[in-house]
Amino acid sequence: MAETVLETRGLTMRFGGVVASNNVDFKLQSRELRCLIGPNGAGKSTFFKCVSGLLTPSEGHIYMRGQEVTGWQPHQIAALGVGIKTQTPNVMDALTVFENIWLAARRFHDVAEATARTDAMIARLALGPIARTDVGMLAHGERQRVELGLVAVGDPWLVLLDEPAAGMSAEDVARMSEIIHDLTRTAAVVIVEHDMQFIRAIAETVTVFHQGSVLMEDHVDRVMADATLRAVYLGKKG
Amino acid sequence: MHRSAKQETLTTLTVAAGLIWLMPMLIGTYTLTVLVIYGMLGLSLGLIWGFGGILCFGQAAFFGLGAYTYAIAAINIGESTLPMLLAVLVPAGFALLLGAMMFYGRLTDVYLGVITLVVTLILFKFINSTAAPHYKIGSARLGGFNGIPGFQTLNVPGDPDAYIWGDAYFYLCALTLVLVYLLVSWLLRSSFGRVALGIRENETRMSLMGYDVAARKTVLFAIGGGIAGLAGALFANWGEIVTPGLFSLGQSAEIIIWCIVGGLGTRFGPVLGAAGLAYMKFLLGQQSLVDNTLITGLILVLFVLFLPKGLLPALTQLWRASIGRSRFGRKPQNRRMRRSNHG
Repeated sequence: MAETVLETRGLTMRFGGVVASNNVDFKLQSRELRCLIGPNGAGKSTFFKCVSGLLTPSEGHIYMRGQEVTGWQPHQIAALGVGIKTQTPNVMDALTVFENIWLAARRFHDVAEATARTDAMIARLALGPIARTDVGMLAHGERQRVELGLVAVGDPWLVLLDEPAAGMSAEDVARMSEIIHDLTRTAAVVIVEHDMQFIRAIAETVTVFHQGSVLMEDHVDRVMADATLRAVYLGKKG
Repeated sequence: MHRSAKQETLTTLTVAAGLIWLMPMLIGTYTLTVLVIYGMLGLSLGLIWGFGGILCFGQAAFFGLGAYTYAIAAINIGESTLPMLLAVLVPAGFALLLGAMMFYGRLTDVYLGVITLVVTLILFKFINSTAAPHYKIGSARLGGFNGIPGFQTLNVPGDPDAYIWGDAYFYLCALTLVLVYLLVSWLLRSSFGRVALGIRENETRMSLMGYDVAARKTVLFAIGGGIAGLAGALFANWGEIVTPGLFSLGQSAEIIIWCIVGGLGTRFGPVLGAAGLAYMKFLLGQQSLVDNTLITGLILVLFVLFLPKGLLPALTQLWRASIGRSRFGRKPQNRRMRRSNHG
């Protein structure tokens, strides 16, 4: 029986008079991949930030593997075994690719093990030729891959990714899809994304956000086939 | 120990031995001693600012606390061993408390600067106002603006009559600086040091990777405070008097200038900057034509404009031909954002 790894009950986030996230109930099973979609301002990123500890919700509860984590700091949530990637590449620019990934691995493993895992992750992400290059010198797609390496190297059981394919080339997006697919062998994955092609390529179930609430939760094909949703959220027809 | 670490330690010891042998032939050991002490003080800020990204405007507070702790403890105890230990522990403990308050309070860099500045100012004002006889700790009167003179100076542990002074005191200070330098090097090579570098570069990312950033910064801040305290105690022994001037804002500003001029993000840069600028100040103090603070300010402006990374990175860039011996090395490249060269 699948375990519920992430659950929110009545999650609400207010910024003054604005309700960015409104009474969101959400459940994610182990090794499930779920995409969160919706137009700008729908509350996806606010929900993401609440779950990852970057924001403390105004109301409601967050549970991870049955443990309440509402109001926890990001480092406490990450320490549980949750990999988090933010919207823009969030890496250590003045450190090399190796150093970046090694620091992530070292959080959960001793030096020798961290080094071995870093080497393996660099090979897996095809970052070998740039392993000793400062991340600040890399192209956007490479930086996105490095950040995914930081997230994946700790063997997380829950991965939260905010727009992992943003600004990437087609080749990078394809590689990213493969890596995310690999991740779902061991982890549940939540992805906030706008790129519907990318979502079609990787997701089965999507959750549609609208005005801070969950409007719909269904298979990606059924969501895409819904004319109203396409018109309102995806901005195109046919 | 890793081969490159061994090699680096050997190089440090060789260069230090050379300097300790050579420098007394050029400059008197009395002056050299204070340059060495300032070097240690520069290193303390260089560690927390250059490698931890914590810009402390009040490093003089820990320096002064170390000096006053030593003086007060030496008067009460009558022997220097325990006072020396206390002179490290008290500033480190104070930095730990202050750091915990600031970092767990999630203060931004600007407020951190303001708080450290204000703390230094409070200590300066407080110590200045302790001239009345009732301001005393044990048998040690704080002395207000007159400071505390006449305390037991450094002795051989267990033998209060065997004073360490003159050339011997210079060699002791120089060896202590080498030891502290090696400890800082070891710390920066350790996982703790690498995590500190990561935090300096991107706190949010390190937090999202599971690191308790506030705890790490607090510990690093306390280590910096402890080193500054040790420098303060050595300074107290050198001057044989401690005064409120040790807590002055001018002193704090000078430490920041030492780091900028020497090279932030390097270990030897702040030592070089401190010793170099302090010696220049000493030389300028022997003339009355130009105000030496004017010259110090001019040097800072010139460095910020023309050598923003500082002296040591500029020098090492000139002769660096090969890098990347270790797994943590990097390919030669034009850097956009790199601040640290671990020099």
